[in-house]
Amino acid sequence: MRRSLQRITPQLLTLAALVALVTLFFPNFISISYDGTRFVGPIVDVLKRSAPVALLAVGMTLVIATRGIDLSVGTVMAIAGAVAAYAITSGFGLPATLALALLAGLAAGLWNGCLVALIGIQPIVATLILMTAGRGIAQLITEGRILTFSNNDFAFIGSGTVYGIPFPTILWLATAILVAALMRRTALGLLIEATGINRAASALAGVNATVILIAVYMASGFCAALAGIVATADIRGADANNAGLWLELDAILAVVIGGNSLLGGRFSIAGAMIGALIIQTINTGIVLAGFPSEYNLVIKAGLVLVILVMQSPNLSADWFYLKTLISEQRTARAERKEAS
Amino acid sequence: MTRVLLAGAALLALSAAASAQTVGFSQIGSESGWRAAETTLTRQQAEERGYTLQFSDAQQRQENQIAALRSFIAQGVDAILIAPVVATGWDSVLQEAQEAEIPVVLLDRQVDSSDDLYLTAVGSDLVHEGEVAGEWLLGEVGEEECRVVELQGTTGSSPAIDRAQGFRNAIEGHANVEIVRSQTGDFTRAGGKSVMESFLQAEGGGENICALYAHNDDMAIGAIQAIKEAGLAPGEDIKIVSIDAVPDIFQAMAAGEANATVELTPNMAGPAFDALEAYWADGTEPEKFIQTESRLYTQADDPAAEYEARKDLGY
Amino acid sequence: MLLSITSLSKSFVGTKALQGVDFELAAGEVHALLGENGAGKSTLIKCMTGAYKRDAGEIRLDGVSIDPSSTAEAQALGIGTVYQEVNLLPNLTVAQNLTFGREPRRFGFVDARAQRTQARAMLEPYGLDIDVDRDLGAYSVAIRQIIAIARAVALSGKVLILDEPTASLDAAEVRMLFTIVRKLRAEGLGIIFVSHFLDQVFAICDRVTVLRNGRKIVTEKTADLDRVRLISHMLGRDLEEAAHEHRKHTEAGDDQRGPLLTFEAIGRAGMIEPFDLAVGKGEVIGLAGLLGSGRTESAELLFGVRTSDSGSASDQHGRIAHGSPREAIAAGFGFAPEDRKVDGIIAELSVRENIILALQAKRGWMSKISRQEQDALAERYIGRLDIRTSSADKPIGELSGGNQQKVVLARWLAMNPRFLILDEPTRGIDVGAHAEIVRLIQEITKTGMAVLVISSELEELVAVCDRVIVVRDRRHVTELAGADISTDAIVRAIAQPEAA
Repeated sequence: MRRSLQRITPQLLTLAALVALVTLFFPNFISISYDGTRFVGPIVDVLKRSAPVALLAVGMTLVIATRGIDLSVGTVMAIAGAVAAYAITSGFGLPATLALALLAGLAAGLWNGCLVALIGIQPIVATLILMTAGRGIAQLITEGRILTFSNNDFAFIGSGTVYGIPFPTILWLATAILVAALMRRTALGLLIEATGINRAASALAGVNATVILIAVYMASGFCAALAGIVATADIRGADANNAGLWLELDAILAVVIGGNSLLGGRFSIAGAMIGALIIQTINTGIVLAGFPSEYNLVIKAGLVLVILVMQSPNLSADWFYLKTLISEQRTARAERKEAS
Repeated sequence: MTRVLLAGAALLALSAAASAQTVGFSQIGSESGWRAAETTLTRQQAEERGYTLQFSDAQQRQENQIAALRSFIAQGVDAILIAPVVATGWDSVLQEAQEAEIPVVLLDRQVDSSDDLYLTAVGSDLVHEGEVAGEWLLGEVGEEECRVVELQGTTGSSPAIDRAQGFRNAIEGHANVEIVRSQTGDFTRAGGKSVMESFLQAEGGGENICALYAHNDDMAIGAIQAIKEAGLAPGEDIKIVSIDAVPDIFQAMAAGEANATVELTPNMAGPAFDALEAYWADGTEPEKFIQTESRLYTQADDPAAEYEARKDLGY
Repeated sequence: MLLSITSLSKSFVGTKALQGVDFELAAGEVHALLGENGAGKSTLIKCMTGAYKRDAGEIRLDGVSIDPSSTAEAQALGIGTVYQEVNLLPNLTVAQNLTFGREPRRFGFVDARAQRTQARAMLEPYGLDIDVDRDLGAYSVAIRQIIAIARAVALSGKVLILDEPTASLDAAEVRMLFTIVRKLRAEGLGIIFVSHFLDQVFAICDRVTVLRNGRKIVTEKTADLDRVRLISHMLGRDLEEAAHEHRKHTEAGDDQRGPLLTFEAIGRAGMIEPFDLAVGKGEVIGLAGLLGSGRTESAELLFGVRTSDSGSASDQHGRIAHGSPREAIAAGFGFAPEDRKVDGIIAELSVRENIILALQAKRGWMSKISRQEQDALAERYIGRLDIRTSSADKPIGELSGGNQQKVVLARWLAMNPRFLILDEPTRGIDVGAHAEIVRLIQEITKTGMAVLVISSELEELVAVCDRVIVVRDRRHVTELAGADISTDAIVRAIAQPEAA
């Protein structure tokens, strides 16, 4: 526990620094109030709005741990959202609707996983297929329009609160904790890491690498479906054109900011979750600070660059060097003082 | 010899005008509900007038549109409608159409080519739409102070730039109306909702906001949800005006949650066909730009009925 | 002196890799650089080639002090290196590789014809007449090695460093390489030769420098040195000849003997002709043969890495499935593959995790091995196999080759298999670890475990095996047993078709 906390310290520090920075521009950023039914405040918004990217990042972390990548998650969000909206407007109950949407996500993951693990297509290419084709599938389901619904139970998933906490926040936190626990309480985490670092050697040691690979893509599809359900429930409609658009990139960014290597191996879901919070803090912070929209992407890119540079291993080695240098100088100066 | 041939061609053209016309329509794609409605209305208009419509969906690619135009020219259609996906690179294919004496009408978007190369362009004036929205708000608030938040379209897109400009044109010189926050919602519901949430946070929980101006209805619909979730009454606590007039905004107006919308009519084909008919009949050259009406709808315009009329257009 | 290094030092965080090392290389000399893993050989080479920046000391080339800051700069100065994992680009053609970075140009474009001619001319002195338009990857390691040498000599031309050049070559290829080395020596090049194969060192080197723990121990003429003294320099202790004593075949008790497994007609077209193999309890079977003879392929078929076209496997209870590694493991097999880095270790995982990986995979992901059990297993095998690591949580990639190999062994011993296949278990590891692994093989068979050893080192096979099967041209040709096992007999069987 302590070790894993140590591992995500840089991410936590980054998040804290970022919150401080936003507060500088928008002093009320950290204020939270309770209006009788729900907690209100920019921080609450960040926790709620990070749900889609955080959910995607849970699955993406696992895929990246196997040295893969899943570009299709944004599209799978759109498909799952379209399936959910179609099901709920066709009179299926909520449980059936959710089951269908999640099944759609699992099916998408199975497709990706088979392309990668069985046929051996490179993950970036394999998932690109669904990324481009999938939006068409979603549009077929919604017939090209925004498929709206009025079911309040379904809408609750996007905008309801439990004990004043937004439901999407609870959903992504619970998903992250459950998946992280599943990884560490069982041997799955180890087997995924082993497969990611060296698939051939893992297979020779008896690890069923093929099944592991398919499973992580299915997990990613499942998480993407959850994110798609949240996004659809949030706006009470399935927007096949825009749901999850470019979010795969934010999810990958969250995983990377979370200290996970794109080369696979050791992974930290907690890190990726903080990464998602960092990204959403930037997004929300930009709007609150009131910069014109033309600056959004520049500011975001600039901050991300700074964060990644600060976390780069090269720089941390330099840091270490600088620190030893300073402490050496300090001792030398102290010695000189003593001598005189 | 040449004259005989030309006369023959003219005769053929005349006889064709008398019988059923064939019109080729190259559509950008189906990226939004509005465009789907434009396609539906174009088909309807063609059917009503007894034309044969050759439809081609370019899926957002100019090369598909150019290929479609060449195929229309090869088929010898009587006219071509095109909603161009980009502004540049049309010269040679428009030239080919002109040489084949097929009139081309641009729908809802402009091209950078010389205007000799096409018959006319039908479209709305985006700046004017913003002005109509702004003028409605001025009439609504009178002399009262009004702090407006603005949900912009995709940064850098021409509707976002022009609709922002139009609104500012209208409120210029009215010190009581002020845009206090402006941010892009990317023309999407999700974007409208999340940005509106931040606006509400930033403006004292929404108490300091008098009105919302959204560059399209979808963002307004997202924002309405955010306002409701913040415990305020959209349409009353915060006035909402947006642009496009898609069916769902009429539903919101019927429920009293939105106040006004400016129509960007998807019926571009109607004016286009009117112009074509005049041209076919006696060669009347229309104006080079036919502006469609930017009609304002408010809660007084029986939004429920408008919703019913529009909901099956494919929005 | 062509190259002289004086009191060179280099430290990394926490360790002093080199301390005041002196080294000299004359023109027209082949100079062996020897030492156990971690002795400082590769650090010394990297300081010479500019890959590392030295902390102190001096390097003089032709009497001029040099301080290269990159391998390219070292190359330009005259120091070229050929690594064990050949540092060329397999997806470029031979000609492109040879002229890479200085392609002949015409009008600013690469002149392919001149490139080909140049490449052929570069290879000609080496007696290599190959199609220079084929991708480098299409050629064997030996050919690639020679191409790399040709390139290095052409680029540098004064000092040639050969880092473990013979590790993946068979005997004929080694002879071919040595011919080239002798020729280059005659031309006046100074050659530094790094190898674990002491025979080769005695065969080709004029002088030997031994490093141990970052210090220079000795530099001597090879002619003045005998094998035992050299090894004692390297290990810092007198190596007992015990490891090379012939195995006492009667050592195991009678209850530990008897048939264990029977393989019948295992084979696969294009890989190895069908062969039979009977494995007895506690038996050590050797597979001898040249690279590419079908040794490794035999092992892969037994372990299910590739599926056999025909045949069956059975034990006293009947048929057993071994169509995939998972099935083979379930049947109680283990396999430590030849290429440790590629197929054996999971580099970024800890020693502990590498040890328990196979056991965990067998138990399934649901039943995680508890942390206590993991620690206990790791501790037991680190102790039993004498794995040198500062902690069980250290990434295995940071261990030396010998210790990595021991961890891979531990992974299988933790499974308590009945049949363990070891493909080149001592390749590329130092002499001390080598002896330990040989001892270990003898030890584990006492419990009845059967072991199949594939090795290029015949002495090793002679030392540990009850039976040696000789593989030649994708066929199991001869079986030697008991007192018939000798390096001579094996060499004869490998060399002569009619020896059997």
